[in-house]
Amino acid sequence: MPSLTRASGIAEMPRPPGSGSDRPAHRLAGLRALLATLRHDRFALVSLIFLVCVLVLSLIGPTWLSDEARAMNLRARNAPPFSLDDGWLFVLGADALGRSLLARIIVASQNTIVIAAFAVLLSLLAGSVLGLIAGFRDGWAGALLLRFADAVMSFPTMLLAVIFLYVVEPGIQNVILVLAISRLPIYIRTVRAQVLEIKQRLFVQAAIATGAGTGRILFHHITPMILPTVLNLAALEMAFVMLVESGLSFLGIGIQSPEITWGLMVADGRNYLGSAWWLSFWPGLAIMLVALSLNLLANWLRVAVDPAERWRLETGAGEE
Amino acid sequence: MGRYIAGRSAQSLVSLVVLVVLVFFMARLTGSPAELYLPPSATAEQVAQFNALHGFDDPTHLQFARFLAGLLRFDLGESLQYARPALDVVLGAFHTTLSLAAVAMPVILVLSVVTGSLAAWRPGGIFDRIASLISLISASTPNFWIAIVGVLVFAVFLRWLPTSGTGTPAHWVLPVLVLALRPTGVLTQVVRTSMLEALSSAYVKTARAKGVKRSTIIFVHALRNALLPVITVASDQVAGILNGAVIVEVVFGFPGIGKLMIDSVMLRDFAVIQAAVLVIALAIFTLNIIVDIAYALIDPRIRHS
Repeated sequence: MPSLTRASGIAEMPRPPGSGSDRPAHRLAGLRALLATLRHDRFALVSLIFLVCVLVLSLIGPTWLSDEARAMNLRARNAPPFSLDDGWLFVLGADALGRSLLARIIVASQNTIVIAAFAVLLSLLAGSVLGLIAGFRDGWAGALLLRFADAVMSFPTMLLAVIFLYVVEPGIQNVILVLAISRLPIYIRTVRAQVLEIKQRLFVQAAIATGAGTGRILFHHITPMILPTVLNLAALEMAFVMLVESGLSFLGIGIQSPEITWGLMVADGRNYLGSAWWLSFWPGLAIMLVALSLNLLANWLRVAVDPAERWRLETGAGEE
Repeated sequence: MGRYIAGRSAQSLVSLVVLVVLVFFMARLTGSPAELYLPPSATAEQVAQFNALHGFDDPTHLQFARFLAGLLRFDLGESLQYARPALDVVLGAFHTTLSLAAVAMPVILVLSVVTGSLAAWRPGGIFDRIASLISLISASTPNFWIAIVGVLVFAVFLRWLPTSGTGTPAHWVLPVLVLALRPTGVLTQVVRTSMLEALSSAYVKTARAKGVKRSTIIFVHALRNALLPVITVASDQVAGILNGAVIVEVVFGFPGIGKLMIDSVMLRDFAVIQAAVLVIALAIFTLNIIVDIAYALIDPRIRHS
């Protein structure tokens, strides 16, 4: 990538670690330094490992366990957890139809993760591009985008979702779409605020002075600077979107059975609260653990890319 | 200062108008109320009569004009499901939600300001780490789930509290705690970060060097400067609650505005949807103005600019 080396000659830009320098070797070193700070944040490390496991399970789960998740076993109706009499799949107990809760949680993880991940990805990409435009072009386009963001923001997420999903079919794609739309403003606002600030810095002004094109300035100079903030936001948003989606499923507005998500499983279990608490408890715990891991990881990322706080991770001062 | 608030109000007013217009037309996309309110055996004549009675047979733009005209007289139409003025229905439900918010907010603020401030005193210390973990857990917990677990533990097993309803103060304990959980977690993090910054400033170092008591430094010197971001996030959380603490209202059987809105969408009760959105939007509009004034009271730089 010869064009990249010229960019670095223009200005000494304070790059956040992780986004790396222009040469691949430097970029790798930056990434390695970032990952090294993980050693001093055990919570983040455990979260990362846990999330990778969940991701793998959600990818292979439905092909691996879909039969087990559907197989009814009348003898095991509402079977209590922590018993291995019916095999390891029943370690978390069974639901009202005698289906293994563990298998169902693993199968349901795919819908839960896919919806949250794609909703975040969609609003992140669209919101970042719109935010870049709103920040870089101050004129009417920026103002219009901001008013649009305000209007969407003032619309209650739940109400938007309810009306939208009532009009269209509440399938996975539509749930992703409505979640992405309702979370769009936060990216527009964050990215715009960052762009407005970075635009004034010397290296961007220098790039403009040397005649760099708009696209080049946006994607080679500004994007790397705002990437850590946006990624951090995305991790937090992923946790939040997951909670909203489970809430929608819980209220019966989101994904409909026979599809399963964790939120739907909690809702189904509510009818057996007094007799079989485990039906609602485990899927809810799964939501909480994944959301918590995402929050812990976002926390680590924020500290790791913040020079003011980073020394604490590098030196292990937080260990005391 | 006055101009600043006027400018902000004008912006919010534009959003409010956009919102009301959007809701009016989106609600009508959900289908015809006649299908729901008349028996399946209803004749075409009965359907036509129903539509004529409620004005659904007019073209949409005419209905919109009538809605605007009614708005000027504070007449938001009649609720189909309750056969009462929509505004009365909505204000009744809003009162419940507002009471929930009014009880939950002091709990949220006190818990998060005290915990966040103390955590920031020694970053990385044992209290900070425990507080951070707990606040992250509470921000990550699905509220419908913790509501169910709360009912299970305190109402079903221990029998200390009622499962749902609104009668006695005991009915409020679980809903308020569940409602407060996530905002408290989020706000504690914000207080901590903001306090961290305030505590690293020169005047705090001076106060420390003079040997001023820890509680005085935190809650008298630093807190005022750390409050601005806290107010922003806190007002977002209040707005969230006003928008309908839907899940808490559903799980605990509180007749609040969030539940009312969802029911009204399902029952195609357009007048109630419109009235509810308008009332909430006005409430949030008022909230924003209060927040702007609070900024000015706390930060003289805003007051004098």
